[in-house]
Amino acid sequence: MTDPNLPSRRRFLALGGASLAGAVTLGACGGSEDEEGGERGGAESFPTSDPGTRRFGEGDVGIANYALTLEYVEADFYAAVAEADLLSGEALELVRRFGEQEDEHVTALTRLIRDAGGKPADKPRTEFPLERAEAVLELAATVEDLGARAYLGQAAFIKDPEILAAALSIHSVEARHAAALAELTGQKPARSAYAEPATAAEVLESVQPFLRSS
Amino acid sequence: MNRLAHPRLAAVEIEGMTRSAFLLRAVLGAGAVYGTAAVTPLVRRAAAQAGGDVDVVNFALTLEYLEADFYRRAREIDLGMELAILAEEFGNHEREHVDGLVATVEELGGRPAERPRFTFPLTSRADFEKLAVTLEDTGVSAYNGAAPAISDKRILAAAGGIVQVEARHAAALRLATGEDPSPDTFEPALERDEVLRAVEPFIAS
Repeated sequence: MTDPNLPSRRRFLALGGASLAGAVTLGACGGSEDEEGGERGGAESFPTSDPGTRRFGEGDVGIANYALTLEYVEADFYAAVAEADLLSGEALELVRRFGEQEDEHVTALTRLIRDAGGKPADKPRTEFPLERAEAVLELAATVEDLGARAYLGQAAFIKDPEILAAALSIHSVEARHAAALAELTGQKPARSAYAEPATAAEVLESVQPFLRSS
Repeated sequence: MNRLAHPRLAAVEIEGMTRSAFLLRAVLGAGAVYGTAAVTPLVRRAAAQAGGDVDVVNFALTLEYLEADFYRRAREIDLGMELAILAEEFGNHEREHVDGLVATVEELGGRPAERPRFTFPLTSRADFEKLAVTLEDTGVSAYNGAAPAISDKRILAAAGGIVQVEARHAAALRLATGEDPSPDTFEPALERDEVLRAVEPFIAS
């Protein structure tokens, strides 16, 4: 968790992961780049992968399949919102548009995983509590916020520069969705100067209530 | 000659002789002519050829100087309540980015880039609306271009935390000014020979 009282230098470095929350200076880690791929010990170490994505596959394919799973959840969410017919006006227009963009993220990630020689993850079965318009928009803001934090949490672990570029180009779109929905529901579009990443374990736990087991 | 995609970007002046200031001028020039989508490949190429993370972070710092200064100038304009609140918050974020990036350059053993002097075509609320959106969109494109070149994973993660905030600013300003907050499915990267030629002076041979 980021402490808002930390000076911004600390917070800047603390963002990368919990292991950086201490007073780690970049100088202390100088020259460590050559050890790429190797887990380093000590307080300065930055993790080289997120174990939470391994169930989706190894390396970049695992990360992309994790992202694909989240995009499926988002796309399903918007489809369910459209079907629930609770929104109108500007909110409806935005939600429709964001839903289309999530559909296209699904398509692009599926193709990217195939191109990388992987097998795209299966579409999960979902269900969402959709009863009131206001709550629907708040849930949308939460889901998008989680999506943006999920991409951010993986950025440093992606090895292939092309996959990283693709992930970044989706990450900032998720951030745009999250900000627009936050603004629409009377929340701050950007809560702090540095966005907080989320690990796969955190994200998967948060989406668990929307997944149907059977 | 093409019609300018973002004429106001062309009118932003950057007085500074640092490498980062030159690159930032190229970035605004490319954005003015071809749109902010041209900024990603331009920065990507320049960053890939830069002299390591210090150069990349110094460029990001120069971009943040620009944004911070823009919001500071915007205080002199009557923006109305909603926009004024956003401008104040976002300006604070950009200042925090400046502080964080300065400290990072120092910790990498480098010298932080000097703050250039900026002049903005900013005298009315309408000017602010157009330029704020364009500058934030430019910031997103620039960070997305620079990030893959960063070798220190902690800095990459931190830069990701910044670009997400820039994207949030862009979307919020777009929504507040009646524009589509998320105009593209993917943050676009426009590859054009002219754009890539613009970056040649910044590429070490």
